[in-house]
Amino acid sequence: MNDLRLRPPRNRVARRSIGWWSAQAAVFALPLPLTFGILWASIPPTRELFLWFTLVSLVPGLLYVAVMPYWRYRVHRWEVTGEAVYSASGWLWQQWRVVPLSRVQTVDTLRGPLQQLFGLSGVSVTTASSSAVRIKGLDREVGDELVAYLTSRTHAVPGDAA
Amino acid sequence: MTATTLRRGRLSGRLIVVSLGAPAAPLALLLLVREPNLQVLITLGSVFLTCLVVGGFALSRLLTTRYHLTAERLELSSGLLFRSRHSVPPHRVRSVDVTASPLQRLLGLATLRIDTGDQGRGLRLDGLTAADAADLRRLILGWRATGPVTADDGLLCELDRSWLRYAPLTVWGVGAVLAAAGGVYRTLHQMKIDPLSLGVVQDLVRRFGSVPPWYGLLLAALALIALGAACSTLTFIENWSGYELRRAEGGVLRVRRGLLATRSVSMEESRLRGVELVEPIPLRWAGGAKLDAVTSGLGDRDENRRRRLLTPPLPRAAALRVAGQVLAAEGLTPIADGGRSGPIAAEGLTPIAGEGLLGRVGLASHPRAALRRRVNRALIAAALVAGVLAGLGLWLGQAFVTAGWITGLALAAVLTAFAWDAYRTLGHGMRGRHLVMAYGTFARRTVVLRQDGIIGWTITRSPFQRRNGLLTLGATTAAGDGVYKVRDVSVDQGLKLADAAVPALLAPFVEGPR
Repeated sequence: MNDLRLRPPRNRVARRSIGWWSAQAAVFALPLPLTFGILWASIPPTRELFLWFTLVSLVPGLLYVAVMPYWRYRVHRWEVTGEAVYSASGWLWQQWRVVPLSRVQTVDTLRGPLQQLFGLSGVSVTTASSSAVRIKGLDREVGDELVAYLTSRTHAVPGDAA
Repeated sequence: MTATTLRRGRLSGRLIVVSLGAPAAPLALLLLVREPNLQVLITLGSVFLTCLVVGGFALSRLLTTRYHLTAERLELSSGLLFRSRHSVPPHRVRSVDVTASPLQRLLGLATLRIDTGDQGRGLRLDGLTAADAADLRRLILGWRATGPVTADDGLLCELDRSWLRYAPLTVWGVGAVLAAAGGVYRTLHQMKIDPLSLGVVQDLVRRFGSVPPWYGLLLAALALIALGAACSTLTFIENWSGYELRRAEGGVLRVRRGLLATRSVSMEESRLRGVELVEPIPLRWAGGAKLDAVTSGLGDRDENRRRRLLTPPLPRAAALRVAGQVLAAEGLTPIADGGRSGPIAAEGLTPIAGEGLLGRVGLASHPRAALRRRVNRALIAAALVAGVLAGLGLWLGQAFVTAGWITGLALAAVLTAFAWDAYRTLGHGMRGRHLVMAYGTFARRTVVLRQDGIIGWTITRSPFQRRNGLLTLGATTAAGDGVYKVRDVSVDQGLKLADAAVPALLAPFVEGPR
C-alpha cells in the first residue's frame, strides 16, 4: 500500500556532531545522578535510599547519552537543490522539512558555545512562517559555504517571500 | 516641510481628566480615613506617588503628542524625555482601525490604530475625540487612495440576536468562574482574611455537610455550570454586541464589535490565506460553529489569535455562508508581499459555496492506524489516572484502589468514545485551489488553506507512526498559527496530497513508482 516513500536527504552532518550531541546529553542527563551520588557518599544514614535514587536516575541518563547521539547521526541529513532546502532531524520523533528557496527570507548561522568547541556550525533558514528550518552540526566550512550559496540563491530565484 | 498640510492636531484635552484623576484618588481616600496612622500614611503616600508618576506620563503624552498629515507622509511625534517620531508614507498604511475602551467611551474618546504591515504594533493615537478619530481615519484612507472609499455596501454578516443561544456553550465560562474565585480568595488572603473562616462560609459548609456528599457535589457542579454559562453569556454580549463583518474600502475585511469596549479589526484580503471553522463539542452538538480567518498581518502570534475572529458562535450554515463570501474575492487577489494589490469591487464577487469548501462530504478518511493511535492514547490516559489512584491506595487504603478501578474503567469508556469521534473527524482533501484538513478531539477544526499560501512542508513521524506507516503532514504558511497539519495520513496519501497541493516542491525527494 505504501508505494511512495520520502527518501533521506543526500548529505550527512559532520561526524563530530556525535561528540557534540554526547556532550549536550551529558550536560542534560548527568547532573541529577551526580547530585544523588554526592548525597549518597556524604550522608551515611540515607545510603540505601540515595543508592536507589542514583541508580534510577543514572541508568536512563547513561542510556540516553549512549544511544541518542548515534541515532541522531543516522537521521540528521540535509540537501540543497536548485529549488529547495530539504532537511531531516530528530531521533525518536523525526522531522523532514522542505522549503522552496523562493520563499526564503533570511539565512543565519548559529554557533552555540558547545558547537564552537567541536568546530561545528548550524544554519537557520527562515521564511515568513514562524518556524525556521535548522540544519545543525555542519562542519564549519560546509556551513559557511551553504550560507553563502543560499544567500546568493535566494536573491536569484524569482517569487515572493510572502 | 514644503508639502501641503492636510491636517494636523493633537490628542483631546479631555485626557487631562485621566492624568489628574489618578493622583486624586489616594488623596480622596486620605480624607476619608478618620485617624490616619503612620502605616496608612505610608501606604497612601506611595500609592499617591505612583499615581502621580503615571498621571505625569499621561499628561506629558497629552501635551507632546502631535500628528501631522501631509500629502507625502503621516508624522507622529510624542514624548518629553524619550522623544519618538514616526513617519509613514501612504503606501505603507495597511489599515486604520478605531477602537475604544470603556473609559474612553465614557469620555467620548477613541484610539486610532494604524497598521503598517511590518511585524511591529503599528502606530497608535491613544485619546483622540471620537469625531476626530473617525475624521482622521477617513482622511488617511482617502489619502492612501487604494480603491474607492465607498461606505456601506459590503456587509457580509451582522449580529442576529438568536445567536445568543450559543453563548452559554462556550466552555471556558466555567474556567473563568474558577479563576475569578481563585482571584478573590488570593486577594482576601493577602488582606489577612481567611475566607474559609468567615461566618457566612462556615455556615454554608455546615449546611452542606447535612446533605449526602454526592448530592452536595452534584449541586456544586450544577451551580458551577450555571455560573459559567451566565459568565459566558455576559462575555458574549460584551464581545459581540453590534457585530458586523464588512468588505470595506481598499480590499479589507473589517470586523466591528463590542458593547463597552468597541473593537475594530481590519484584515487585508490580499493577506488572507484561508479560513478555519471551529466547532467545540457543546457548540457542535447544538449545530453551531465559529469562523476564524487564517491571515497574516495581525501582529504577533497572540495578537493574531485574539484578532482573527470573523464571527461569533453562530449556526453552522451561516458560518459556511460567511466563509464562502469571505473567500469569494480570493481568485481576484494575488497574495501580497509588501507591495499592494489592487482594490476589489464588492459587486463583482460570486460567493463560493461554503458547504462545498468546508463541508465534510467527500473528505478522504484516514487509515485505521490513526484510530488505533487515538484509542491507545485514550487508554494510556485512563490507565495513568487509574494507576495514580491505585498507587495512592497502596499507601492510603483500599478505598482508593477501588476508586482507581472505577475511575479507570469509566474514563476508558468515555475517552475511547472521544477517540472514535476524533478519528471520524479526521479528513483531508484538495478542493479547487484549497487544501482542506479536518481534525480535533474536543473542538473539531476544519481549515481551508490556499495552495499558493503554502510556503513549505514539515513532515513529522513518531515511533508509532513509523511502525504503522503513518505521517503527519504540516503545511507551513505565513498566516495564522504558522503550520497547519494533516494528522496521521498514510505515507502514500500524505505525499500525494503534498504533491497535489504544491506541485513539484516535494516531488524531487519522493521515491517510488509514479
